[in-house]
Amino acid sequence: MSAHPADLIDQVLSIAPGSRLDALRRHREVARENIQKAYLALFEPTDTSAVSLFDRLAIASFVTGLHGQIVLGDHYAHLLAITEGGPGISAIISAEIERGETHGPYGRYPEGPLTSEDKLGPIYSVSLHHQEHLGDKLSAALVHAHLLVFRPRDASREALEALLDAGWTTQGIVTISQLISYLSFQTRIVEGLSALAASAEQPVAPFSQALAAGAHS
Amino acid sequence: MTTISHPENVPPNVFTQDELGWVPWLEPLTEAELTDRHRAGLVDASRSKSPYFMLLARDPEVLEARTKADKDIFYNPNGGLPRAERELSATATSRHNGCIFCASVHSRFASTHSKRRDDVQRLLDEGLGADLGERWNAVKNAAVVLTDTPSAFGSNEIDALRAAGLDDFEITDVISTSAFFNWANRLMLSLGEPVPAKAA
Repeated sequence: MSAHPADLIDQVLSIAPGSRLDALRRHREVARENIQKAYLALFEPTDTSAVSLFDRLAIASFVTGLHGQIVLGDHYAHLLAITEGGPGISAIISAEIERGETHGPYGRYPEGPLTSEDKLGPIYSVSLHHQEHLGDKLSAALVHAHLLVFRPRDASREALEALLDAGWTTQGIVTISQLISYLSFQTRIVEGLSALAASAEQPVAPFSQALAAGAHS
Repeated sequence: MTTISHPENVPPNVFTQDELGWVPWLEPLTEAELTDRHRAGLVDASRSKSPYFMLLARDPEVLEARTKADKDIFYNPNGGLPRAERELSATATSRHNGCIFCASVHSRFASTHSKRRDDVQRLLDEGLGADLGERWNAVKNAAVVLTDTPSAFGSNEIDALRAAGLDDFEITDVISTSAFFNWANRLMLSLGEPVPAKAA
């Protein structure tokens, strides 16, 4: 039996069948289904030869933590903690999230008129001590994740070269790139819909009409 | 295994509505390597002509789900945000993250569907402060705030979208299209580089 909910976004936002948020999500039913399918493809993979489940969950915990998305961050941290080898690194990932936290997007443009919009910020690296525990391969993936999360326009061929040097395959790089990018999407769907859920339901009639109808406060 | 460099290419250094190209830094699959699973992942057979999709096809399960979500979020004609404004949201997101390639494609779509090419060009030229009128400003600003990491998206953005006349189905589309481009921008920016438009 799958350890995953039928729809993760519904679960983290407590969206009940027939609710207002449910109707909004089901208005794009194919997207709703495939957002969940992508989640399962990444976190209940049929093939883990290029990227282990352990690495997927460690990267996911780091990425959602960097986004400050508490509910999703807890979700992936929990999945990591119940995965073999996970409990040993949970505290390390938490410490690296704290070390890596900043505000994005920032980075440089190719030299030219946009150079005036260059915005500089921290260049993350895993602490040397933690690197020993995580290994070169996972450490390189966390560095790449930080790059994509906060300064995607600084991404480069050299950054992919560093992943290859650390032992990632081309197939593995495609999967971790999808994973980091998917989580950048998933965190925003959750942030956006939770803001919509928190807002009062849209009034049916404009305020002026309510006044004209004789409403008193 | 190694990366692919393109020493002859001078990537474009301005935002443009021109038709840019894109070349990968990692080896895409070749036609001969495609299995049925890869073909299912590509969804449309024509996507085997694209080095971007042929590279992403190395993880066909994720690509298939991503492509189907993409099409529903942007092309589903059933209510919600007009197509032009879905493309505006994608363009503003790409402008903020700095994806010159993604911005070129979706600014063209925004122009085609809105017939407001000059306004779209001002967003590219002037950046996110460009004044595009109340409704477009609300969509643009919501996309930008949602694109920040961490995001402070909240009642200010929702209220501004409602004040500009958007209903909750439209607001959900603003959220989905901007969120989706936070996915797309990162793949496009990190797996290859844009190539200038061919001289006419």
